[in-house]
Amino acid sequence: MSKRTDMTDTHNWSGQKLVSTDYMLFEAPRTKHFMTGSEVLKEAVKRCTVDASVSYPITPQSEAAHLIGELWAEGYVGVYFRGENEFGVMSEVAGCSMAGARTITTTSGPGTLRAMENFAMWSGTRAPMQLVLMARGINSPLTIQPDNLEVFYLLESGMMIWYAENVQELFDMSIAAFTVAEKPDVHVPIVTVVDGFFVSHTREAVELPDDDIAIEPYDPYASPLPPIDSEMPPGRFLRDPFVMKSNYISYAAHASWQFEIRSAVERSVPYAKHFLNGLVHVSGDEDAELAFVACGTASQQAKEAQRELTKLGIKSKVIKLRTIRPFPEAELLEALQGVKHAFVPEFNVVGWLANDVKAKLYGKCDTEIIGGPRVGGGMSMPAEAIIAEVMEKVNG
Amino acid sequence: MALDIYKINPEFRDIMPQEIIDLEEKATWSVKMEKARGIKELPQSKELLEEHSLCAGCPEAAALRYVLSALPVPEETVIVNSTGCTSLMFPHIALHTVHSLFGNQNAVASGIKRVLEWRFPDKQKDVVVLAGDGATVDIGLDYTLQSFFRQEKITTICFDNEVYANTGGQESGMTAKGQVFKMAPTGKKFEKVPMWELAKTSGCHYSVNLTASAPKQVAKVVREAILIAREIGPTYINLYTPCILEIGLSANEGLGEMKDQDKGRFEFYKHVSPEAEAYLAKCKEEGLL
Repeated sequence: MSKRTDMTDTHNWSGQKLVSTDYMLFEAPRTKHFMTGSEVLKEAVKRCTVDASVSYPITPQSEAAHLIGELWAEGYVGVYFRGENEFGVMSEVAGCSMAGARTITTTSGPGTLRAMENFAMWSGTRAPMQLVLMARGINSPLTIQPDNLEVFYLLESGMMIWYAENVQELFDMSIAAFTVAEKPDVHVPIVTVVDGFFVSHTREAVELPDDDIAIEPYDPYASPLPPIDSEMPPGRFLRDPFVMKSNYISYAAHASWQFEIRSAVERSVPYAKHFLNGLVHVSGDEDAELAFVACGTASQQAKEAQRELTKLGIKSKVIKLRTIRPFPEAELLEALQGVKHAFVPEFNVVGWLANDVKAKLYGKCDTEIIGGPRVGGGMSMPAEAIIAEVMEKVNG
Repeated sequence: MALDIYKINPEFRDIMPQEIIDLEEKATWSVKMEKARGIKELPQSKELLEEHSLCAGCPEAAALRYVLSALPVPEETVIVNSTGCTSLMFPHIALHTVHSLFGNQNAVASGIKRVLEWRFPDKQKDVVVLAGDGATVDIGLDYTLQSFFRQEKITTICFDNEVYANTGGQESGMTAKGQVFKMAPTGKKFEKVPMWELAKTSGCHYSVNLTASAPKQVAKVVREAILIAREIGPTYINLYTPCILEIGLSANEGLGEMKDQDKGRFEFYKHVSPEAEAYLAKCKEEGLL
């Protein structure tokens, strides 16, 4: 087993040369591979000097969690074990992160809901770990299929939420995610979402840098809160027990802390813009009056629909949201200029993204936001379904 | 490094409150001690608990003082807490403490301990869980037992007051059968959970049931439990700290109640695994006990 103390100024404990995230993402030469989302996450974690990970089986994220275990066995990850259930796992990784570890875990659907109480605690503790969410439907009735309703429950948890469209994006995003989450002025947890099966189990061409390099380690002593390791003076807030007092100071302390978490998420915007090459990606006809606003696999399907619509002589564009929290309001407004109708195709029946877009843009633009089409329970979203929705609107 | 964090910046010394200066000068940090820390220093030394916000005469507050006085190396100890009456005292402890959720304390402690071993392979850092019976045995039972199964090198101390005291006196799994509390208006229908036995069965190398009536006894048990957790595996202490408020006693009656229960539900129970026994003998030889 490796030892963290084997790390030098130039190399991490597994002997990989330490590089900046900029070098890893933008400069390092890449070679082409053919991998699933689960496999590519292993490759990302391998290059991230990760201290700790805790796992638990649930479809469809289990394979990704196994592969992180293999990295531990190979000496790339410092601490790894299987927890007792997702509530336990999310508390265990919280402990890892509080103790100063760069930490990652994965979950899906019912696991996310079981772990729920932890997520607000993570952000409230300003613990910058990464949760890779391979979205699946939630019960009941029982389903293991792709459906991203679970993301709705995380929207106001105080965590950053990024959404990757494909295997390549999962690789690049999950590396950038550590770096942005650990910025001292951000320092909140981050959720990197992909659609289960569609990305986790689909093999795609992907460009990867060599695996003899890894990003710089996490520095817990640059944290806005002291790590729980008895090496820093205890946080002053620990000694002022305002928690149970019913007075204005205690209310204000809690409220300002909550505001600060949301502000921290907003402060991630410049970093996310840099590492993700923008918070939204726009493709298709720039001057289209018809747009699709989507994230994840839904944006892939929207692009397919866009190409088909072109053949029918209808101009459209796809605005892919890469971050959900922070919500890319300014970028979305810019992309919607001149757009009359924007459709929001989603892999869930409630339309949380459409609702969020409407709420965020209310009174700020003239575009009509149309929630749909929506599929759920693992149904696919063929371009035809999207086009049918558009035609209904166009033909009145 | 660890003790240095309690040293006051000379520039600010003149504006520091006396209790902070005392913490640096008069607390019984282990590196300053020739012998093992313990109860005997309580009267002269600066305690690691500044004050507490529990009820007058609360045995739990006294028990926490005994526990803190007995930590082998407080400057390298992390304490993981849960929700309940104990969470009212934690902000007053001078060490690194964590409160995250109700019931997840052994899961958080597992993560912390493993990462501290990873980050500081050449240092001994102790992780001690201190939580009430609701947190340890009801809402958190899964995480308590699973940490024992996994052989996490942590010490779990349950302040068993046999009731949900902080929320107003509701029945807990540790309440004695027949006891009337809120949510059990006709009396509890099932037996008190024998948590010290579950701890033994679940892999604890040291499991003790006792009251906090005898400070030296409490300190001895705490010290042994922490030393065993370092080297051998998980340890558990079930400590009776009655809620005098909920059982209708006065502030000066807590000790009497604990003495009564020394012969009752909290008759001294001690399980020590053979490996732990051998290790304790070694500790004795080395003067750690």
